[in-house]
Amino acid sequence: MSENIKKKQIDRRWIFLLLFISVALPLIFVIGFPIETTENARLVYGLIEQTPKGSKVIISFDYDPASKPELHPMGKALMKHCFDRDIKVIVTALWPMGVQMAEDIYSDLKDNYPDKKYGEDYVNMGYKAGGIVTIQAMGKNFRDIFPQDMNGTSIDELPILDGINNFDNLGFVFALSAGDPGIKQWVQIAHDTFGRPVSGGVTGVSAPAVIPYVNQQQQLIGLLAGLKGAAEYELLTKTPGTATKGMDAQSVAHLIIIIFIIMGNINYWRNKKAEKKGVE
Amino acid sequence: MKRKIPLLITFLVGVIIIISEFIPHKPFGQISGELEKWYLIIAGFAIILGQLSLFKVNLFKIRHRQKNWQFFILTLLSFILMVSIGIFWGTENHPGIFGNGETISNTIGTKPFDYLFDNVYQNLQATMFSLLAFFIASAAYRAFIARTLESSLLLVAAILVMLGNTSLGSALTGWLPESLKFLHLPRISEFIMKYPTTAGQRAIMIGAAFGIIGSSLRIILGIERSYLGGK
Repeated sequence: MSENIKKKQIDRRWIFLLLFISVALPLIFVIGFPIETTENARLVYGLIEQTPKGSKVIISFDYDPASKPELHPMGKALMKHCFDRDIKVIVTALWPMGVQMAEDIYSDLKDNYPDKKYGEDYVNMGYKAGGIVTIQAMGKNFRDIFPQDMNGTSIDELPILDGINNFDNLGFVFALSAGDPGIKQWVQIAHDTFGRPVSGGVTGVSAPAVIPYVNQQQQLIGLLAGLKGAAEYELLTKTPGTATKGMDAQSVAHLIIIIFIIMGNINYWRNKKAEKKGVE
Repeated sequence: MKRKIPLLITFLVGVIIIISEFIPHKPFGQISGELEKWYLIIAGFAIILGQLSLFKVNLFKIRHRQKNWQFFILTLLSFILMVSIGIFWGTENHPGIFGNGETISNTIGTKPFDYLFDNVYQNLQATMFSLLAFFIASAAYRAFIARTLESSLLLVAAILVMLGNTSLGSALTGWLPESLKFLHLPRISEFIMKYPTTAGQRAIMIGAAFGIIGSSLRIILGIERSYLGGK
């Protein structure tokens, strides 16, 4: 870092304090900035809307509590949307903590859907190590890879898994992904090798690396990116939740960061000018 | 011999897997399927290996009083605590060797493992991740300086995407008439993500894919041997 940039800089503790205030206040006093939906979020919504009732889908929970603020609201809104549309949900996890993440959402929702039964409308198959190879093996023989659910119930005793031998009878795969293994592997195997529709939700920071898969070949059908993607989906499904609430805080925090960037640049150019004058 | 046998196994497995992609019939498809199962079993054992390695590395640091060795004691204690509680009283749906720990569960509301997971682990992870926001803000203030044309372009693109990805962006330019909607911040942000970013990412992805193919061939052909350890 050049001397110019180091000169007359704001103490980073002030930045931390202002950022803390800018995140905390909008969470307490809601501003209510408008939320607009992007094409990618509408594509995800359209995929679920077009999936016939009674279809079976895989939702893969490939994240841990660190990414919970961004991915959990997506998972909740998505599972709710599936239940509303009578779509049966098969949960898998390529991350060990993904199992608990899915259970957390299901336990939140099950009271609102008393007619939905575990094993018939929803099942959690638990965590499986192996990443991309696990997906490949699932595509060849699902029952070999998941002979029982996370509670140890045999796959033959779970009506939701009747007829599920590979990816053939699945409506789509939805990956909630915070990294590797995750959505890229689902695209490469479930879509590219087995030709099943794949969609997903990712953290804001990993979105640029995943967006290229949303293309004309429909390797990914839409993408929910970060907290905004979650808020957009909540808006589309008319179920405002934590993502919608968090958007105000995110907006103000981004604004504060932009203000600091502008201040940093003013500082830099002012110092540069002063240095030039000194030399002359 | 010690090195030749692993090299031979790697070569055979690599070649069979590649052939099975083009000829997915007997015997290649079948062998490939079996190898996948082996991989999954090995991946399961890798988790145990990882835990043993964590234990060994931390113990080494404590024994040799390396810098901040006290923190490593805490790591090991936390590790032992979680593993022991999980083994003794199980997790949400699975009993442990001492059953379900009803007495403790009645006091704290859930099983001890789930209690620690929900109230300690989850919050610690969320805290660690949240702290990044503070460092990003501080780093952005110092690093996003318009020194050259390239850095200026990066700066402008970053600001547009940052604003476009928030509801503030919608509020700021939502009033624009239909003829000027292309200046609407979420649209600009979407455009940047959809075209320049995607183009750049694709170039990186294609380059990386060629790199992976090259590395894989080097490993299969025994040119790259670092995975065997030693020189």
